[in-house]
Amino acid sequence: MTAVFAGHEVDVDHEGYMQKPEQWNKDIALEIAQDVGINELTERHWQVIEYMRERYMEAGSAPSIRALGKESGVPIKELYKLFPKGPAKLAARISGIPKPRGCV
Amino acid sequence: MILGAGTAGTIMANRLRSLYKPEIRAGDVAITIVDQDNQHVYQPGLLFIPFGTYDREDTVAPRKRYVPKEVEYLVDEIHHVEPDEDRVYLKSGRTLEYDVLVIATGTRLAPEETEGLLGEGWQEKMFEFYTLEGATALAHKLESWEGGRLVVNIVDMPIKCPIAPLEFVFLADDFFDRKGIRDRVDITLVTPLDGAFTRPLAAKALGDLLVQKNVNLVSDFSAGEVDGPTGKLVSWDDRTVEFDLLVSIPLHVGADYVGRSPGLGDDMNFVLTDQETLQSKRKPNIFVLGDATDVPTSKAGSVAHFEAEVLEENIRRFFDGEALEAGFDGHANCFIETGRNKAVLLDFSYDVEPLPGKFPFAGVGPLDLLKETRRNHWGKLAFKWVYWNMLMPGRDLPGVTTRLSMRGKKRGDLPMLERHAVQGGAPQSTKSDDEAANVA
Repeated sequence: MTAVFAGHEVDVDHEGYMQKPEQWNKDIALEIAQDVGINELTERHWQVIEYMRERYMEAGSAPSIRALGKESGVPIKELYKLFPKGPAKLAARISGIPKPRGCV
Repeated sequence: MILGAGTAGTIMANRLRSLYKPEIRAGDVAITIVDQDNQHVYQPGLLFIPFGTYDREDTVAPRKRYVPKEVEYLVDEIHHVEPDEDRVYLKSGRTLEYDVLVIATGTRLAPEETEGLLGEGWQEKMFEFYTLEGATALAHKLESWEGGRLVVNIVDMPIKCPIAPLEFVFLADDFFDRKGIRDRVDITLVTPLDGAFTRPLAAKALGDLLVQKNVNLVSDFSAGEVDGPTGKLVSWDDRTVEFDLLVSIPLHVGADYVGRSPGLGDDMNFVLTDQETLQSKRKPNIFVLGDATDVPTSKAGSVAHFEAEVLEENIRRFFDGEALEAGFDGHANCFIETGRNKAVLLDFSYDVEPLPGKFPFAGVGPLDLLKETRRNHWGKLAFKWVYWNMLMPGRDLPGVTTRLSMRGKKRGDLPMLERHAVQGGAPQSTKSDDEAANVA
């Protein structure tokens, strides 16, 4: 499945999470952010996005919200302000990495 | 070498003992199991302690009683595992070498991860019921509590037995009703999920039951902090739920030693595990089952039972140099106590939703799936006997298959789920007039 963001055709899953992080760029991030209702990406947003991508490349999975709060330099409370409702999922989507594994 | 003598580890010890009986006698195979203590808690029984139905006597037995005598039982704490050396380092300073390692060290509660939870008011107006001590303390509190706002909060997923918080509110409704104070108790379930349960169809059925039993549901709530003295539960996005009595299901994490073992676990200390073969992703001679894994199915004893059958076969294949069988399908099976001597039964897997129908025999049952009946309740109580006498010794259960069976299930036009797309469900709210009307 593919989708077009900022003029680039990229691989996505059925919920719109990118499957190949190497297809991502900052224009794509801005467009996905607007799709999910975040109109502006501030420096703090970018700090989280960069951490998410680094961590994904290193560990092969998206971090949990607690790891994100401890290791990204942005406290959980602020994460909820930057990426309302579900920071771990929203930040993953904007960062162009696959959806964090769900749990039952 | 088996780490952990809980439900999963004990079942594995019994199965491997049976599989390798002649080799053990000949001295070619040796099985060791390590646990930090000798107290086995029948965890499904903890739910009944706060309401005075069960007590300590009903739920505790020595671990050693259920471990076969041919298996060496070591009491020690694990410091860490060195996968590259095939060695387990114990806190006593001892090291143990293994050819095959089975990790079954489960999950522990981490109430310290929620600010304020262990602060003023802990075990006075804030409780948990996932440990024997916690459930017992809550039983004392409920004996004399005269009513007010009872809030049951799931801090985060995953948790052991994900339906236990629902059962707790159903049993609480029944308990206060029998005490004659139900009208003085306001019960609210506060969950990070977007409905009553992780799976959409069951979320709808269970959401309807919440409405029937007059239990409020607050969903999409990620608890960030608790203030005992003022009785406030606050979410990360600054929503507040007030309580007089809080029953928390704290954050669950894997065993601490997993975090000290290079490359073994994720950032919650759950062990990185292939969801079909149950082999560790770190090294081929490490296998994992029960609550310790990161596989996306329920953390429950029934799951450990189904996993053990697959794992026994895969350990045999590993020793015999054969390819592993991708045999685990995420099969879970659970009774949900709904109060007033009734229960609901769920049977599901990675790919198949809990569906209505009969279980385990098509048309006959005797148990009804996804439906509230008395017979399911008696099934749940009988399960205590089944647990100690059939599950722990690693016996197969009559009519119950390792892989989820579609026998007796009414599929209708219900969709099979895409793998991993397991979160979600229709939001349930007890405040919706439409849904209340549907129930009526």
